[in-house]
Amino acid sequence: MNLADLLQQTFMQHALIASLLVSITCGVIGALVVVNRLIFMAGGIAHTAYGGVGLAFFLGAPVLPTAGLFTAGAAVILGALTQTKRERTDTLIGVIWAAGMAFGIIMINLTPGYNVGLMSYLFGSILTVPAQDLWVMLGIDGVIVGLTLFFYRDILSFSFDPDFARSRGIPVRFLYFMLLIMVAEAVVMMIQVVGLILVIALLTLPPYLAERHTKSLVGLMVASGLWSLVFCVGGLAVAYQFDLSSGASIIATACAIYLMFIVGQTGWQWLRTQTKTPA
Amino acid sequence: MQNPIIEICDLAYTYDSTPALSGVNVQINRGDFIAVIGPNGGGKTTLMRLILGLLKPQQGQLSVFGAPPGSNPARIGYVPQHSNTTQGFPAAAEQVVLMGLAQGKQRGFRFTAAEREAANHAMRRAGVLDLRHRRLNELSGGQRQRILIARALITQPELLILDEPLSNIDPYGRQCILETLTGLDSQTTVVMVSHDLGITANAVTDIIAVNHYALSAGGTKLTPAMLALMYGTHEAGCPVHALLQQWVDSATPSAPALPALITTEHTHEPR
Repeated sequence: MNLADLLQQTFMQHALIASLLVSITCGVIGALVVVNRLIFMAGGIAHTAYGGVGLAFFLGAPVLPTAGLFTAGAAVILGALTQTKRERTDTLIGVIWAAGMAFGIIMINLTPGYNVGLMSYLFGSILTVPAQDLWVMLGIDGVIVGLTLFFYRDILSFSFDPDFARSRGIPVRFLYFMLLIMVAEAVVMMIQVVGLILVIALLTLPPYLAERHTKSLVGLMVASGLWSLVFCVGGLAVAYQFDLSSGASIIATACAIYLMFIVGQTGWQWLRTQTKTPA
Repeated sequence: MQNPIIEICDLAYTYDSTPALSGVNVQINRGDFIAVIGPNGGGKTTLMRLILGLLKPQQGQLSVFGAPPGSNPARIGYVPQHSNTTQGFPAAAEQVVLMGLAQGKQRGFRFTAAEREAANHAMRRAGVLDLRHRRLNELSGGQRQRILIARALITQPELLILDEPLSNIDPYGRQCILETLTGLDSQTTVVMVSHDLGITANAVTDIIAVNHYALSAGGTKLTPAMLALMYGTHEAGCPVHALLQQWVDSATPSAPALPALITTEHTHEPR
């Protein structure tokens, strides 16, 4: 099947649209997670989402909205706990992380029948995204981008220096919980593409590559989104070409580009020091 | 005529079961340049956070501009310890200064020409206008600190609170920061936490020593009671006693910073 024929296929069109939608969220939320140092928190939220997936299977409810609500609730609880016990943040995230996974597994154990589709939530399955999920993804994109633009100045100030932001009357607590809920929704959306185990890589690698060349938070969001799109489409091509798991292929592509970037940067720096060294 | 803008009466604050401040009585007037000094863990930052409204007093009265703390954020500029800010944040210096305009009301991500002009004006006052397009992580500690001062100055505050702005800054950077602060409008009140009295004495109008309690010098000369509050009492013959005595005798603008000689081994429990 040539490329033109491939692009005519509905599953591939859905996969490409999902890549674009996920990249938008990934750019915005990935940048916020990295600058606010919420990577471990995002990891905890991502794994807690498995509880929502399990609950959806148990109830026979649609997975994306059910997991979205469940994960948002878990994120709020996690945020409240870590705000009151700041010195125990890591421990609390670890507990919620494991509890969410355990809850999901128990729910699935209690669900009659064999749930073959469950693996796609662990490792992603961008090639099987149904049309209705694309609409949900579009909705999540709209809410995340809309809230971020609306509160951009406050988010910028809060992310750089929460104490200063509070001294200026910015509602830091509200922004913190809003950010956690946005992370929860982003994670649930990305589960479809890379799976909850690999979500963190797609949230952190694009901002890491983008941050060296950006001078603004909005610039970091845009550049991260573009990198994310490159990873998703590139990974999709690799997965299709070599008949591999799409989620793993996307992350492997991201890691390969990241390594090339690091090697290229190191090589360039070495070259510069060599040319500057007097004979 | 005194025009108090900060009035503190019998203020106390405790973290869990650890008392940070107790029985603090302080008055700060418009136009004052106050150096708040004291040992680490003495409650200086807690006092600043209470004045800013970031912490709520558990006992006593505290008013800023005649209102509870936090009621007038636009009239106060705050420069936190720069180690609190996110390192490697993707922002040019001008962006950081523009953050000072955020008040939880403005929307959108584009800054207007008037806002940029205000940022440029604040950066000019802080002497860092030429750095406006540089990324924050490309700047030295002193330059970053002056960017944070410009961020606090962008709203032209009546009260400027700085928490250890001179820590980890080289002598040249300190001098630049002090020049910026002493060059402010005479109606601007400056409250600066500092460990280094030697350099701050050039600019300050009053010193407040804080170590769980607070004592005001009523001028730029340290008193024996203030030194005892901060560093404890020492018997004659103890090297710290000699040093503290020297400080009392010569607490002038040229007084040296306390050397590392004063350690907990030499310091008896204050009070």
